[in-house]
Amino acid sequence: MIMAKYKKISGELSMAELTGKTDLWERLGFDQEFGYSEIHKMLILLALLALLIVSVGVAITFGAYNISVLEVYGIVMAHVSPFGDLSAVTRLHNTIVWELRIPRVLLAVLVGTALATAGSVFQGCFRNPLVEPFILGVSSGAAFGAALGIVFVDFFLSIQFSAFLFGSLAVAMAYFLAHVRNETPIVTLILAGVVIGSIFEAMVSILKYTASDAALREIVFWLMGGFYYATWNDVYLLVPIIIPSFLIMWALGWKLNILSMGDDEARALGVNPEKYKLLLIVLATLVTSLAVSTVGIIAWVGLMMPHATRMILGPDHRYVIPAAAMLGGSYLLVCDTLARTLTSAEIPVGIITSILGAPYLFYLLRTRGSAILG
Amino acid sequence: MTPMLAVRDLHFNYDRTPILRGVSFEVEEGELCGLFGPNGCGKTTLFKCCLNFLKFHKGTVTMDGKDIKDLGVESMAKIVAYVPQEHRPPFPYLTREVVLMGRTPRIKGIFKISKADKKKASDALDLLGLTDIADRPYNQLSGGQRQMVLMARAIAQETPLMFLDEPTSALDFSNQIRIWRIMQMVAKRGVTILACSHDPNHVSWFCDKVVVMKNNCILKEGSPHNVITEAVLDEIYRDVCAVRNIGEARMVLPRDVALKNDARHEKQIGTERTLFD
Repeated sequence: MIMAKYKKISGELSMAELTGKTDLWERLGFDQEFGYSEIHKMLILLALLALLIVSVGVAITFGAYNISVLEVYGIVMAHVSPFGDLSAVTRLHNTIVWELRIPRVLLAVLVGTALATAGSVFQGCFRNPLVEPFILGVSSGAAFGAALGIVFVDFFLSIQFSAFLFGSLAVAMAYFLAHVRNETPIVTLILAGVVIGSIFEAMVSILKYTASDAALREIVFWLMGGFYYATWNDVYLLVPIIIPSFLIMWALGWKLNILSMGDDEARALGVNPEKYKLLLIVLATLVTSLAVSTVGIIAWVGLMMPHATRMILGPDHRYVIPAAAMLGGSYLLVCDTLARTLTSAEIPVGIITSILGAPYLFYLLRTRGSAILG
Repeated sequence: MTPMLAVRDLHFNYDRTPILRGVSFEVEEGELCGLFGPNGCGKTTLFKCCLNFLKFHKGTVTMDGKDIKDLGVESMAKIVAYVPQEHRPPFPYLTREVVLMGRTPRIKGIFKISKADKKKASDALDLLGLTDIADRPYNQLSGGQRQMVLMARAIAQETPLMFLDEPTSALDFSNQIRIWRIMQMVAKRGVTILACSHDPNHVSWFCDKVVVMKNNCILKEGSPHNVITEAVLDEIYRDVCAVRNIGEARMVLPRDVALKNDARHEKQIGTERTLFD
């Protein structure tokens, strides 16, 4: 009798629990019906977020200067919590953790996010999985801008500003060169990007050829890319541009799916290809240009992260964009942490992203190539 | 009653070359209309002009009583669905995702896609018997399967008008018939369909109306019985076709096959006659 009653109650409870749960899932839009399950994709996104947070947490404890884990977190808490007491921490340690490591870690995450997001967007817009964010000449333009800033110190406000200016200018030139009769055919656009890119590369060569030894060294160093000079100012500059741009691109994820089917089909499905492609390309260029002008040219992240993401989550850009962003942030952070801790001197991070990334992509292609190339 | 689709005096040039010269025709609501014509006669251009992909220079196109020049891309997509010739997208979207794309004009949220939209897509997959391949990547399907998927996507789009660009070009015989049956069924539900085809038999067997194009103009339009005739076919394909009736059914045959068959038939009748005498 008692058992029966107990069973009844527990039965009711679990039912309520169950319905409560499905209700929540449904309200979030992850109902399992009709075969369109999105729960596991959502869980993967959460796992990637956890990965990113853990990477940040671990990366700030590593460094050339040995500071204990507890002290590192003590310093972070002292800054972050309202009851923090900065007088308790060593000034030197405070500078190392708060002024050097943390901005650098955040900058690596931001740049990784920017490049991976831009890579996904460019690949979707251009309907080509081999496209990287530098395809329209951003990197060459930015390199030229930086080289100008290095050689003619007095003419330009800063290397960063001039790199950003010329990076964006290169893409704008490519776009207008390819824009004929109110249309921007993809092949023409990519070709225009290559043309503009090679012009700027030639001009970088001219500057390198005529530059003094010190300036030449600085140009070469800039071109390799790195986070050596990361400061809070860079973080403050990048966050208000990269985060909103990322959110807008993410919100356009479904439209990007449609755009990747081709212009005519996008139009037939109610997505204006000219309008949305222009918006997406402008945003992707903005973040790439900003990232490149801050830390130089870092290869591979923008090409590889979207592919790695598609293999995990499938090609739906509503998931590819956030996942690639988080994966890109984590990857670049890991690479940069290796770059600054592996040897006593710093290794340019671009070398590590390539050395780690190339074999990984090769492995993915050999084992699961059909998932990205069909 | 105003026609669902009305094209009036449409002109279009690529640079200086005229592609369409004064094309006019109408399709009534719920009609399955076949657009028939030889390669290069301007069928595809006509499609693209009607769908607003190309800006035509002169003439008007009205759909559901609205001039398409006044319609934006979003509102067009709620009136007319387009089934392109099969193609491979660069990314391996699942079949069910491709069909769900048909719901795009009606998806309101940014990230979330409602249960109702998913249901519509799933119903469209069911209708064409594609549920078994719903979870396979679309770009790994065979050409015929891809055409069926695109058809399902157009059905999921739930538009009063549907344009199909050679919907049976990559299909085997039984699937060709199946697609035409599905089009007939969809038309019965009140959807107006314009489908271009290269097969005179298909348009004569399955369509309610046929529009024949030649040299950038409309050659003839009307019921299949009046349009798919030897005289009209001779004007498009000089001395290639012959039209024969087998009971009620009409059959377009290659002329030499038809003549050989006729001769044999005559001979047979001749022998029978001599036997009879």
